Parts: sequence; C-alpha cells; structure tokens
Amino acid sequence: MRYGPILAAAMLGGMASAAAAQTELSLWYHGAGSANAEEALVNQLVEEFNASQSDYTVVIETFPQGAYNDAVGAAALAGKLPDILDVDGPVMPNWAWAGYMQPLGIDEAKLDGFLPGPIGRWNGEVYSVGLWDAAVAMTTRRSTLEDNGIRVPTLDAPWSLEEFNGALATLKASGKFEYPLDLGMAWTGEWYPYAFSPLLQSFGGDIVDRSTYQTAEGVLNGDEAIAFGEWWQSLFEMGYAPGTSQDAADRDTGLLNGKYAIAWNGNWAALPVVEAFGDDALFLPAPDFGNGSTIGAASWQFGVSGTSEHPDGARAFIEFALQDRWFTAFSDGTGLIPVTAAAAADTQNYKPGGALEVFYGLSEAQALVRPVTPGYLVQAKVFEKALADIANGADVADTLDAAVDEINEDIEANNGYGH
Amino acid sequence: MALVTPDNHGLRLWTRYSVLVLVAVIFIFPLLFMAMSSLKPDQQLLSDTNSLRAFLPVGDISMQNYTDAFERAPIGVFVVNSVLITGATVLFTLFVCSLAAFSFVFLEWSGRGLIFSILLATLIIPYESIFIPLLLMVSQLPWIGTGGLEWGWLNTYRVQIIPFIADGLSIFLFVQYFKDLPRELIEASRVEGASWWTIYRRVVMPLSGPVIATAAILKFLFMYNQYLWPLMVVQAEEIRPVMVGLGYFTDQLNVPWGEVMAYLTVITIPVLAFYLSLQRVFIASVASTGVKG
Amino acid sequence: MASKLTRSNRAGWLMALPGVGLIATFIIVPFFLAFGFSLTNQRLASPNPTEYVGFENYSDLLGMAFFTLEPERDEAGNAVVEDGEIQYPRLRKFTRNNPDYPNLQGKREWFSWQSGENRKVVLASDVVFMKALVNTVTFVLVVAPLQSALALGLALLINQKLRGISLFRAIYFMPVVVSIVVVSLLWKFIYSPGDGLLNNLLSGLTFGLWQPLDWLGNPSTALGSIILMSVWQGVGFHMVIWLAGLQTISPTLYEAAEIEGSSKWQTFRYVTWPGLRNTAVLILIVITMQAFALYAQIDVMTSGGPLDSTQVLVFQAVERGYGKQDISGGSTISVLLFLIVLAISLLQRWLTRERT
Repeated sequence: MRYGPILAAAMLGGMASAAAAQTELSLWYHGAGSANAEEALVNQLVEEFNASQSDYTVVIETFPQGAYNDAVGAAALAGKLPDILDVDGPVMPNWAWAGYMQPLGIDEAKLDGFLPGPIGRWNGEVYSVGLWDAAVAMTTRRSTLEDNGIRVPTLDAPWSLEEFNGALATLKASGKFEYPLDLGMAWTGEWYPYAFSPLLQSFGGDIVDRSTYQTAEGVLNGDEAIAFGEWWQSLFEMGYAPGTSQDAADRDTGLLNGKYAIAWNGNWAALPVVEAFGDDALFLPAPDFGNGSTIGAASWQFGVSGTSEHPDGARAFIEFALQDRWFTAFSDGTGLIPVTAAAAADTQNYKPGGALEVFYGLSEAQALVRPVTPGYLVQAKVFEKALADIANGADVADTLDAAVDEINEDIEANNGYGH
Repeated sequence: MALVTPDNHGLRLWTRYSVLVLVAVIFIFPLLFMAMSSLKPDQQLLSDTNSLRAFLPVGDISMQNYTDAFERAPIGVFVVNSVLITGATVLFTLFVCSLAAFSFVFLEWSGRGLIFSILLATLIIPYESIFIPLLLMVSQLPWIGTGGLEWGWLNTYRVQIIPFIADGLSIFLFVQYFKDLPRELIEASRVEGASWWTIYRRVVMPLSGPVIATAAILKFLFMYNQYLWPLMVVQAEEIRPVMVGLGYFTDQLNVPWGEVMAYLTVITIPVLAFYLSLQRVFIASVASTGVKG
Repeated sequence: MASKLTRSNRAGWLMALPGVGLIATFIIVPFFLAFGFSLTNQRLASPNPTEYVGFENYSDLLGMAFFTLEPERDEAGNAVVEDGEIQYPRLRKFTRNNPDYPNLQGKREWFSWQSGENRKVVLASDVVFMKALVNTVTFVLVVAPLQSALALGLALLINQKLRGISLFRAIYFMPVVVSIVVVSLLWKFIYSPGDGLLNNLLSGLTFGLWQPLDWLGNPSTALGSIILMSVWQGVGFHMVIWLAGLQTISPTLYEAAEIEGSSKWQTFRYVTWPGLRNTAVLILIVITMQAFALYAQIDVMTSGGPLDSTQVLVFQAVERGYGKQDISGGSTISVLLFLIVLAISLLQRWLTRERT
C-alpha cells in the first residue's frame, strides 16, 4: 500500500501524456470466428475511424457469440467493462437498467429514416443503434407451392391459420418431404423468442403484458396463448415439423436438399437458397393467425458502456458508423438488411429487384421488437423452455401457467425492473 | 488375471484377441469418426453419417478443413495458452498437494484431523457453484508485478492457474497412496536423522510414480477442459484457452462441421501426447516398485 | 499410532500450509460467500440493493404439498367417466388464485397416483428442481456401480500378458483424454434421430429390424443415452486405477491359489477382490463425486430437456446463477448439492469403514 500514491501518480502521469496524443477506447464485439464479412467489416470500420481523427484510437476485442453475454456480465461484476459495447437488441434494456450502459446521447435526427428495429430505446432514451437488421420469412420454392395447389401469399394477404394448416397437411400428404415445415428447433437460445414469439403475438398472446411489463398472467396463459400452444403442439404431433432433437446440420441443409418443404428462417440464410433455386426461391411473410402477421426485429447494436470514461469518444465512433455507406457495406458483405431505404437502394440484394428485396418490406411492414424490458433476459429463457416442453408433449395450459409463474416471480424479485 | 501366462493355443488366443478388438472398436469409433470427418467437406461429412463411410477416409479427402480452421481462429495461440496454463497448474499441483498429503499421512500435528476432514468436504464443492464469488475475489486481489503492487487478477495467466493449484481430490489421491507406503521406511530414515523435507524428496516421492501420473492426468484433463472460468476472467484473445476457442466454430449460424472436427482433432492431440508420455509411469511403475501390498 | 518420531507441529503445518492455504482462499472462502448469497436476493446484475431474505430461497426450492383430487361428479354424485377414464377437475383450479387453498398457490404437480376414485397428487414449488434432484441421484446410482464394475472387467481383460496389450490399453483409455465437451459434440451426431450413426449401426447389425430411436429427443431414452455416453467416456480412467490395484497383488498369492486348485471365480473372490479393497473405496468415491458434478454433457447435448428428463443440479445451478442472473437461487442449489453429497460421503465412509 505504501507504493499506492506513487504508483497512482505515475499512472496518472502516463495517462495524461497518452491523452495528449490519443485516448484509447476499447470495443467488444461478439462475432469471433464468423467467416463471413461481418468481422472484417467491423475491423475496417475501426481502422477508418482511427484514421479519420486524431483524438481516439479504438481497440477491438472479439468474443465467440456464445460466450459474449457471460463475458460482459462477468466484466461488469468486476468493474472492467470496455468503452463501447456490442449488444443484442432485446438484451439492451437489461444492460441499461443494470448500469452496464449509458444513454447514447446522439442527435436523434441522425436516426431519421431508420427501420424501427435497429434503434434501441429504453426509458425514453436511445441506448444503442444497429447498423443492420434481420428478418425472418417462410422460405420455400414457388414450384413446391404450385405443384401442390397452394396459394402464394403476399404481404397484404398472408396465409390464414386454416390456409397454413391446410398447406402443411397437403405437403405432408404429398409424401415428398420428410417434414413439410422446418421451424429451426435445433437452434436453441435466442432463436426461440425471436422467431416464435411473433407467432404467439399473431394469435393474440405475448410473452409479457406490454402495457405494464409487470405480469405475464392472462397474456402468456390466456385463451389466445393456449390456442397458440395447442396449435404449436399439433405441429409436432402431426409430424409437420421436426422437434427439439432436430439435427443442427439438417437445419442448415434440409430445405436445400429437399428434406423440408418450407423453412422458417432468417435472411442471413437466404443467399444460399437463392443460389440453389434461383427465381424459384420464395420468401414469404408470416401467416396471420388472427392478429396480423408479424416477425421479430432488432439485431446486434452498438452502445456506450456505463463505466466508460470517454463517452464522447465512444459516441463519436458510433456516429461515424452511422453512414449509409457502412449500412450498404455490411449488407453486401453479410446479406443482412440495411437500416435505411437510401442505403438499401445501393445494396446488391435489397435494391429494387434485388434477390432479398422482399425482406426489407417484411422488416418495414411487420417487424415488432421483443418485449422492451430488463426482464426480457429471463423471460426469453422461460419462453424457450415452455415452447420446447410443449413441442415435446407437455400439457399446454400447465406449462404456460408455470412459465407465467416463473416470469412473475422474477419480475417481483427485481422490484418490477424499474418500469 | 495377473497369473495368466502366454497361451499359444491358437483358438483361445484368437478368441482373446477378438474380444480385445471388439472392445477396442467400441472405444475408438467416435474418435475415428472425428478424425475422418475432419478430412471431408461438410456435405459429404453429413451424408456419410448414414453408413460405415463415416469411419473411412473415402471420397473427397483433403486437409482443407485444417487450413480453413487455422484461418478462422488463432488456433496455435489457444493451444499454446492451454498447454501453458495446464502444464503450470499440473506442476504446482503435484508439488503442493503431495507435500500437504505427506504432512497429513506421516506427521502428527495439532488440528490435523479436523483440517483433513474439512479438506475432504471441499472435494464435493463443484467449481461452477463458486465461480461468481471467486470472480469477485480475484478482481480485487493484489499482485506484485513488474511495476510494483497492482490490484486485480483479471485478464492474466495467473487467474487461470493459481485458484486451481490445490484441490481436495488431488490431496486425497496422494493421501490414499501414501497410506500404503511402508511406514518403517520413513521411520528408519527419521532415525537416521533425515529431515522431513529430505524424506519427502528422497524417499516418498521417488516411490510415488503411479499416483503422480494419476493426479497429473486428472488435473491436466480438468484444466484443459476449463470453459466457464476463462470465459469470465479473460477478455484478451492472446491468453484465451482452447475450450473458449471452440465457440469460434460452433457459435456460427451455419456450423462448419468439417472445421469443427478439425479443431477437435487438433486440440485433442496435446492431451493424447501427454497421456502417452505418462502411460508407462502410470501403469508400469506400480508393478516394478512392488512397494504396495 | 502416534509416536514421538512423527510428531512435529512446525514441519507439519509448514508442509500442509501451501495446499491448505490455497484451498481455504480459493474454495472455502468463496463457498461461504456463496452460502451467504443463498440467504439474500443477490442478482448478477441489478441496480436494486441486496436484501437478506433468510431461508426463503431454500423454501422456494423445497416447498411441497400433498393434495387429493376428487373426480368430477354428475348430479347423482357418481364420478364422471369418459372413454373409460375418470374425469378430474384441472389442478390449476386449485393452484392458481384460489383463496380456499393458499398452501397450493403457485405449486405444480410433481407426480401423482391413483387411489380408488381419487388421485393423490404431490405438488412442489419448484418441480424443475425436484426433477433435477431425482435425475442427479438416478445418474449417480446407475453410473457409480455400472462404471466401476465395467472398469474392473476391462482391467481384468487387459491385465493379460499378450503381445500388443499396451496398445489396447491405450485405446481403451482414449475417450478419457478427449474433452467431455468434444465427446458430447461427437455423440450428438451419433445419437442423431432417424438415420443417425447409432441407428444406422444398429439397423445394420440387426439386418434392418431395428426401429430408429430419437435417443436424446425422447424423455424415456434421453437420460439413459447420457449415462451410456458418460460411462463410455469415463470407464477407461477407472480401469487404469483398478489395473494399478491389480498389479499390486503379489503373484505368489495366485501361485498358492493355483496349487490349491481353486477355480477362477474362487481366485477372484478370495485373492483378487480382498487385494483391491483400498482401490475400490477410492474408485467409488471418485466416481460418485464426478457423477454428482454432471454438467458439460447436459449443457452440450440436451440443456435439461426433453421435458426436464435430463435436468441435473449443477446444470440448474449454472442456468439460474448465470443464465437467469439469479445468483442467490443458483447458490442455494450449490449449497444443497454440497449438503447432499456430504451426507452421502459420510454414509459411504461409514459403510466402507475398516472393521478392526
């Protein structure tokens, strides 16, 4: 301890001289090992930002996605957060509430013309912004539908519940497919609430009551939710969709090699489908089960950590990233959806007539963010387990009741999560 | 059984070998699948699982997956880190735990019984359950570094090593083994005036080949397989170990299975080498010393 | 056998100190902190202050209730029967917001059985925890004897003097040196449903008679599949420990047995087995400890599913503590696990105590 003051002085001296030159900003990013262009583009973004000004140097540290949230949690606990955080959209409110993040404080005029998903708001303030968005579609082949006399739905006239069930029955009866529908049950984790809670919403239910965010009672276990649950269970009972033991490899290739007729899949997986089927590839909106056709929104975004000593620098970096040319570059590189219409017009896949143009429409028209609450982290896990259990034959009402209880107990244990 | 003498009766010999081979097949087939799959492109790898081809180097065979895997992640860095961290821990463990066990078995001191019972009880605390309090602790611990006194152990090699040096199981293994060593040997040395340190070093440890090998292998496997802890305490890629590196492959949307298999094969090699280097000590020395029983 | 020769406080303490000190610092202190957390509402991330809650976390996990469910009755008072099955009111009528049954509030059915017309139901506050507890105990009860017996069998098998035996020894040991995470990933392929590797192999061996199983996707086979894989992975290690034990048995004992004309079984029973006593205790304890710590296989292969058939305690502790940010809940499970294993190991020590 004797050396404390001397050391502190020495370090402060060191820092001061560094600050005179350049302040180092740390950035954590979740995509280690992604072979696609995303990681390379993030690196390029950092390099160009560093070259564009002389006050700050951003230093990037990458993590494998599965480890990222736990690493951030541990770092927060130990008081070692970086300056700039990469955060999954629906997780942001939790991090903001817990103090891991601070309001972005950028001029909101810069966000004009953005899709709704990529802007992360909590308690009336913007905490995070995404450079891209993602969307999900019923992916299939035009010929598959036409051969079986199934109508091709549109954004204005999506399939109804009966139509959709009928289509699945027809495809099953055709005997040409192992399963008519691939829901991607092999992808555990965030995929479940992201991809399946919009289906529940279309039935009229939800994960949590969004008017107060204080309870899930009546929303996740009401009549509409039970109707959804019964339908969900029937998909597996009738052999329409592979269940939780689906092989991850089948999820990746099942549609392409004809095992499955329709796949509920994201735009990130769309390019191989276009390559394989060309004009025959179809990306269709979610069915309308009674309360409109919706899909999930919000992907990974950037924000400023709560303990950053240089929020100005972090903000400068994020503002630097909010340029159409970056949106275009990320979209071209990764197949993800650009966040503004202007950027979309310049992309290979989302420009008018582009192979994935339809996804921009889906995102614009149907996207609904997941519940905006710090409790989402737990709610997502509870929802995932409930859906897996129901798929495996658990009693629907009892399972949803149990899920409601767990969600409510968690909200209570956290004093209402600050809503 | 041990008495079995070489039996040259053709048929019986043949039966014995077939049993041995059959059991060997059961133990080796998943590993064979791993190694062979690492040589195949993803499409073929997956379709081959429908037949015995999964275990054969057939079709489109190449080292492409290895090339791709090394491009995707700094595998060399991960392996070196893991070997370093694991190796250092194993060395410290062997010393610290055998020394403690020596004290428990051969020396009488006040509090010995009580402390040993407490140590035995710690054997059943799963590490996963104490990681969060442990994290809070190590983030505050002091260290004398190159620049003098510093606080906090996060993001270092030592935070991956020091907390795991001593554990109840390793001490217990040594204790069980030491108990069977002839006490007369120790007492004789004591009479001759040898210090405890000398007895430990010159008498007991040279007789302890098998238990050293056992404890070393157990610790090696435990350390090499660490995932949750390094994930929590290490942020820099330069000091990241192999199991966290696995996420570079499996956390992708379209998992590159061929590269996964290549990575799994690569990270298995150091452990296999470690075992093979110890196998002789592990088994043979027990028989040769003839100390026990 | 205290003798003056071995009595030495200073040397004893000095030699034990590094080990004891490290364990105290890095295991015992954190464990007491974890115990402390279990008496609070500590969260991983929260702006709310931490509060002392006493043993509430424990009662939340262990709360149980017993309830007799009477059948639905028609106007005449007879039980309603449809399709040959007695109809009961739904349990949720009693467990949700029913002021008449405050003790059932929020509880769920754990298991039930038929008793005459009535159904006896055992409810639990935390059914998932109860299932995890039962699965963990089941896993230990199956794996401990199975793995030690198989390991002994293998040890006897490779304790022969045959050309190339050390190669077989190495092969049998191979799964041990492969990380359990790696092994779990590989076996996920092997257990793949439909035309997965194992189904295909079995189908080939039975000339197509085998009906493909969904090994990990079916609640009745999932835990069994994980047990099988765990034994496969771990058995080699214990084989080697047995082998070391076997080789300490003096050959003269075997020679004596042969001279007296004892059968193979008698030799095993009266020569081999008594010589393995210490080894047996060691192996049983090590396997039991390892089995209670079951985690990686579950994390990689099933995440506790399907229908909680592979939930286990350590997985639940991690899932709650980290996944759901509920440090206090996760810590509570860890403390309970510790108490359970402590009780069992005391029992084991008592059962295997040396009778003098």
